[in-house]
Amino acid sequence: MFDGLSEKLSGILDRLTRRGALTAADVDAAAREVRRALLEADVALDVVRGFIDKLKERAVGVEVIKSVTPGQMVVKIVHDQLIETLGSTADPIDLNAPAPVPIMMVGLQGSGKTTTSAKIAKRLSDTMKRKVLMASLDTRRPAAQEQLAVLGTQVGVDTLPIVAGQTPVQIARRALDAGRLGGYDVVILDTAGRTTLDEAMMLEVAEVKQAATPHEVLLVADALTGQDAVNLARSFDERVGLTGIVLTRVDGDGRGGAALSMRAVTGKPIKLIGVGEKLDALEDFHPSRIADRILGMGDIVSLVEKA
Amino acid sequence: KRTSASIGGAIADLVTKRRLDHAVVEELEEALIRADLGMETAVAIAGKVGEGRYDKQVTPEEVKAILAAEVETILAPVAKPLVIDPAKKPFVVLVVGVNGSGKTTTIGKLAARLTAEGRKVVLAAGDTFRAAAIEQIKIWGTRTRSPVIAGTQGGDAASLAFEALETARSQDADVLIVDTAGRLQNKSTLMGELEKIVRVMRKVDASAPHAVLLVLDATVGQNAMSQVEVFTRTAGVTGLVMTKLDGTARGGILVAVAAKYGLPVHFIGVGEGVDDLAPFEAKDFAKAVAGIE
Ligand SMILES: Nc1nc2c(ncn2[C@@H]2O[C@H](COP(=O)(O)OP(=O)(O)OP(=O)(O)O)[C@@H](O)[C@H]2O)c(=O)[nH]1
Ligand SMILES: Nc1nc2c(ncn2[C@@H]2O[C@H](COP(=O)(O)OP(=O)(O)OP(=O)(O)O)[C@@H](O)[C@H]2O)c(=O)[nH]1
Ligand SMILES: [Mg+2]
Ligand SMILES: [Mg+2]
Repeated sequence: MFDGLSEKLSGILDRLTRRGALTAADVDAAAREVRRALLEADVALDVVRGFIDKLKERAVGVEVIKSVTPGQMVVKIVHDQLIETLGSTADPIDLNAPAPVPIMMVGLQGSGKTTTSAKIAKRLSDTMKRKVLMASLDTRRPAAQEQLAVLGTQVGVDTLPIVAGQTPVQIARRALDAGRLGGYDVVILDTAGRTTLDEAMMLEVAEVKQAATPHEVLLVADALTGQDAVNLARSFDERVGLTGIVLTRVDGDGRGGAALSMRAVTGKPIKLIGVGEKLDALEDFHPSRIADRILGMGDIVSLVEKA
Repeated sequence: KRTSASIGGAIADLVTKRRLDHAVVEELEEALIRADLGMETAVAIAGKVGEGRYDKQVTPEEVKAILAAEVETILAPVAKPLVIDPAKKPFVVLVVGVNGSGKTTTIGKLAARLTAEGRKVVLAAGDTFRAAAIEQIKIWGTRTRSPVIAGTQGGDAASLAFEALETARSQDADVLIVDTAGRLQNKSTLMGELEKIVRVMRKVDASAPHAVLLVLDATVGQNAMSQVEVFTRTAGVTGLVMTKLDGTARGGILVAVAAKYGLPVHFIGVGEGVDDLAPFEAKDFAKAVAGIE
């Protein structure tokens, strides 16, 4: 479906330059193709711009290794820069706070918050042996609270009993009280989906944050998101202050440029990725995997690395 | 209002009465890319705006109007209502799409609309996978006073669809709307299950399903193209619905989809409430993409 960037670059660059250092003209020619590749991968336009400027600075004058072509060399530089932008280190969920540690999940409608809450709960309880309580603060979507309750049973994690008529802030308080009284290590607060234009709902989520003072505030966002990724990540970060991002539906065949956009505009780490509907389909984030996807290849990079 | 206040702003900044030149066209291109039209479609449309107008003096309003007209030209042929053929009884609507796009909610809204038009609507809880998906559609059934045919979580979706069609027929329903579990189009097993749902319903009524609606989320980027292609190949999509246009996402990928596949677009979703479903209007959508309020 997408032509590899490397082939396009080979076509352009390998005619221009044979060997030696990359010239400004080489890099300019390459930059056009890189821009196209990033946009086709749904990286937000403004993020693409900043990325290209930096690429130009970095690539001009770079010596092309003997055994690779200039096109391959540029791809390697782009790839390295992608990884750097995406965050080279793995940032796990931080539980270094007095128990019960509140974790709050936020995001647009349908992004995967409830499912991801259960996946995280499962991981913390199964592999890290923490006692976890989950609570749904979604009083809006039909059967949202029941959904979390069912998932809780599936992963063997307690959920806060549903009390009709409570506001999200009241539920959050009750969850933290229950967390303290029940000797839980972690309390996961699943919130309702909201658009960032819905002022009442954005206020509500800010109030919940204030009441619960979560140690982690995770934005759950769909890997298939297009250019809107910047608005969404920026608005949630401004209104609630994120500590990290979870990217869902990475099991799809989207190119995942949203990851780069969100990381670039918020500076917040991508902590986990969702790779399926099943409750164990949660993985640590590896920037190189997403970088390969954005570029639509991976082999060139290892080729250059071996050279 | 819905789609893109900020695009309008961008264009206004860019062209305050100046010569329409390559730079202006490039800026239009970028405004369209920001709305998710995708590189190819953005370049094509921006190019059209420039055609025959180079070196003319233009105001931002003129540019926006021309842009809107170009987008409308692409969208107008696909803006088609969902027609319920009364000769098909029940008229079977199958609703498909990737996870979380808004299928179940759209079914609730659609049930309300069709019921208000005097039709007897029955819903089928065909998502037997997701936790509380059955409870969710049952609540929509109560809200819209539509009977819901449901099985149990973990049951076979195709058998449920079969049973629902037989029941809807015996209850003399006008329309049967079948919910399905969300699935990513690159999962061949899940797509195979969808194919099976279609196949099994045809055993009851060889012409069913009479409409297959693919629900697209307005925040989606270029992946929507492959969603349309694969769901159409697998389940014979007959029309599209785009949800969540009440957010900041502009859903411009719909323009690229229309240009490439020409599938009808029936409705847009503009909220989570039962009335937040509107017919798709090419002119309004095009204006919003071009930033005209
Ligand atoms: N394929 C895939 N599906 C996922 C993933 N994460 C969540 N889903 C599915 O996405 C859909 C929506 O997930 P939810 O967890 O209900 O999303 P939500 O953000 O809680 O939705 P609202 O509460 O309605 O805003 C469900 O069908 C999930 O099974 C993932 O990583 N991959
Ligand atoms: N703002 C807004 N939210 C919407 C719209 N349509 C659906 N939603 C919300 O999006 C979320 C997902 O909707 P669902 O109807 O459950 O989506 P689905 O496609 O059935 O999801 P799965 O069955 O899990 O694949 C819910 O929170 C809905 O309330 C819309 O037009 N605007
Ligand atoms: Mg939820
Ligand atoms: Mg559903």
